[in-house]
Amino acid sequence: MFDQPLSKIIFGRLTWESFPIHEPILLVTFAVVVLLGAGMLAAVTKYRLWGWLWREWLTSVDHKKIGIMYIILGIIMLLRGFADALMMRLQQAMAFGGSEGYLNAHHYDQIFTAHGTIMIFFVAIPLIVGIVNLVMPLQIGARDVAFPFLNSLSLWLTVAGALLVMVSLFVGEFSTAGWLNYVPVANAENSPGVGPDYYLWALQIAGVGTTLSAINMVTTILKMRAPGMTMMKMPVFTWTALCSNVLAIAIFPILTGAFALLMLDRYVGTNFFTNDLGGNPMMYWNLVWIWGHPEVYVLVLPVFGIYSEITSTFSGKRLFGYSSMVYATVVITILSYLVWLHHFFTMGSGASVNSFFGIATMVISIPTGAKIFNWLFTMYRGEIRMELPMMWVVAFMLTFVVGGMTGVLLAVPPADFVLHNSLFLVAHFHNVIIGGIVFGLFAGMYYWFPKAFGFKMDVFWGKIVFWGWVIGYWVAWTPIYIVGLMGTTRRVRYFDDPTLQPYFIIAGIGALIILVGILAFVVQIAVSIKNREKLRDTTGDPWDGRTLEWATASPPPSYNFAFTPVVHDIDAWYDMKKRGAARPQGGYQPIHMPKNTGAGVILSAIAMVLGFAMIWYMWWLAALSLAALFIVAIAHTFNYDRDFYVSVDEVERTEGEHHRLATAGA
Amino acid sequence: MTTKATSKPKAAPRKKKIAAAAATVSADPTFYLIEADDHHHPTGGATLLGFWIYLMSDALLFAAIFATFGVLGTSYAGGPTPREIFELPLVALNTAILLVSSITYGFGMLAMEQGKAKLTQTWLLITGLLGASFVGIELYEFGKLIAEGATPQTSGFLSAFFTLVGTHGLHVTFGIIWIVVMLVQVQKRGLIPENKRRLLCLSMFWHFLDVVWIGVFTFVYLLGMLR
Repeated sequence: MFDQPLSKIIFGRLTWESFPIHEPILLVTFAVVVLLGAGMLAAVTKYRLWGWLWREWLTSVDHKKIGIMYIILGIIMLLRGFADALMMRLQQAMAFGGSEGYLNAHHYDQIFTAHGTIMIFFVAIPLIVGIVNLVMPLQIGARDVAFPFLNSLSLWLTVAGALLVMVSLFVGEFSTAGWLNYVPVANAENSPGVGPDYYLWALQIAGVGTTLSAINMVTTILKMRAPGMTMMKMPVFTWTALCSNVLAIAIFPILTGAFALLMLDRYVGTNFFTNDLGGNPMMYWNLVWIWGHPEVYVLVLPVFGIYSEITSTFSGKRLFGYSSMVYATVVITILSYLVWLHHFFTMGSGASVNSFFGIATMVISIPTGAKIFNWLFTMYRGEIRMELPMMWVVAFMLTFVVGGMTGVLLAVPPADFVLHNSLFLVAHFHNVIIGGIVFGLFAGMYYWFPKAFGFKMDVFWGKIVFWGWVIGYWVAWTPIYIVGLMGTTRRVRYFDDPTLQPYFIIAGIGALIILVGILAFVVQIAVSIKNREKLRDTTGDPWDGRTLEWATASPPPSYNFAFTPVVHDIDAWYDMKKRGAARPQGGYQPIHMPKNTGAGVILSAIAMVLGFAMIWYMWWLAALSLAALFIVAIAHTFNYDRDFYVSVDEVERTEGEHHRLATAGA
Repeated sequence: MTTKATSKPKAAPRKKKIAAAAATVSADPTFYLIEADDHHHPTGGATLLGFWIYLMSDALLFAAIFATFGVLGTSYAGGPTPREIFELPLVALNTAILLVSSITYGFGMLAMEQGKAKLTQTWLLITGLLGASFVGIELYEFGKLIAEGATPQTSGFLSAFFTLVGTHGLHVTFGIIWIVVMLVQVQKRGLIPENKRRLLCLSMFWHFLDVVWIGVFTFVYLLGMLR
């Protein structure tokens, strides 16, 4: 019945064939996802949580809740991205000699594409944006971000993008062109299917969210700092968040542009990145890497900020070299924009161009090295407390430095000609991304978890997570470094040379050890929630912190601070504690706050439908959803009633309760 | 602005690392703002700054497309060259229309500052009509080119040309829709602070498109004719 023209009009190119019922792996995954999803929905219905979910979370414009939801999204997508990783490891450990492994080429290509796309766009970015959202406004003593509604919209657009990627698993296929959807593979003539379109629409929608979020954060930091907090008194995490978001604003439009041009190529038939009629595929590579390289720093800078806060707190010392840390961050921000070409030295741009980009790349290691020394000197003669967050900092310093050095190695053009597209490169960037960003995200999650929820996370399971990841990382990636140095290339499904097999088996074992860490993390969350009364922190300042986020209750009230703190020093809260600043116990004022709104969720849902319709050529639905997008967006601007006042009574009650708990607990 | 208002304790310690002594030193500085303060929800300043930052990101989107045009601008692939297809007088007229629309928007802002809602609306309407004629002429130009066989699919040059000029035209179209929305909102609520703020943002947007167009006119049309 689907070959009638009417069905073509209604469903575009979506047919029964689009559902992968002949792929047992996907079928089982689909069944599990459906069962889990149905179970969740049933539970929410049974306990009558829909209203609560909608009022308290989905429509919330509270930066803390939005941050938490970003982090939940990142953790869920981490599970998906890691499942892809395990599948690749298994395939590469099996496919030698006579064995073809268990994945066909098309499926394998989708997996490595999805793995990279998900890990960067839907794990790393949401986790970073989430932590910045949760912490930064508290650190600068603000009551919210500059644009609370935009914040909610950004979150839900990111979720819509993630959902589209997940849908591609069961309806149609995903791109096979690598995590940046490279042309010429992603050109219409080479990939006529829906894979690249899923990729493009998912990332365009999520990318709008990320850009809006970055604009929001920069404006917040520039405009809403507590009185007295001059730029050079901002906490280092806030500084790195500022630089990271400025960088994001500078690069995401270029990615949006590049993707839009590729969309035009695929949908309209233009010749931007085609091989004939004047198109130029390397133009795409340049554009996406002008985004791609700075993106690494968009991710790693806030993480450097997390390490700085934790090192300082758990060493019981002011951060060593605050201003050098700030300048190093700014220098990295600028330099990161000038190195993109090192991703394709082999393009043939000539010795002088390659030299420039090679040297610029090496220069980045100087401010980064300065940061490492600053952390070491902060620890030097400090009273170091080896709590969970601090353990990750130490593991980071040991692991990341190796990744940094192999990076400098790759920055040398002649060496890169040999190592380009090898597994050595893959090992290098996993070294810096896992050892730098992932470790830092865990450190940050453990550090600020008690701020978000009012209790610490379980230490025993936390140590299993830690050792699983750290040992697993080294076991998994050291053999990949070795085979890469020997010349093994990336994105390969089958190897002829059987002497390589032991390395891939060891790498697979390493991945399993990381799996232990990931599963332990899930257990840790459950155990921590179960034992929350024992792990409770009533003071709001469980780690003897130094910055303003610890100056309020845990979890903070919706308005963050009943009285806006006044800053006199870099470590403002430490300064306040030292000088015995007492929180006033009366004289509250009504607090001006933004109202919740469902517009962000609704707009994002429509955007997702628009993306789905465009992917499958359902033109009527696309037109309809585009019109709906405009109507809802414009209707939202007619709502002028966007804020309210928290009454003095409520503030008094909340603050009184916090005071009672804090003094009783101490 | 936040820092200036209340950071009075300049005299208070800009002290060295050892904070221990500070407990005794400072004479009870202010640590919390007690008075009602609304500066944490600035209605004007933050929005304008945020919108300006958005415009910069939009400028970078244009930069990427300009760069693409720079690379592909001579990839004719056997198709027509700029000199063969551009009608400079028409484009010059269109440029004039857009520049004038910036002036009329400026008059609208002056009227807004004087609190004259009706006059503001009139100027907005004129600006919108000028914008619509700009888009109309552009569409006419596009239609003519396509009828002559110079389609976006013909060559890298034409792909980049249609996309760069079209992206600008799409922005102007959004601007027109926004103008219509503002006409209604000013009609409904008058020149309240929210509407003034929105008109200021729209003003930046409109002038920004003017600036981009000057780049397009120079880079695409004038330089194209020299090729």
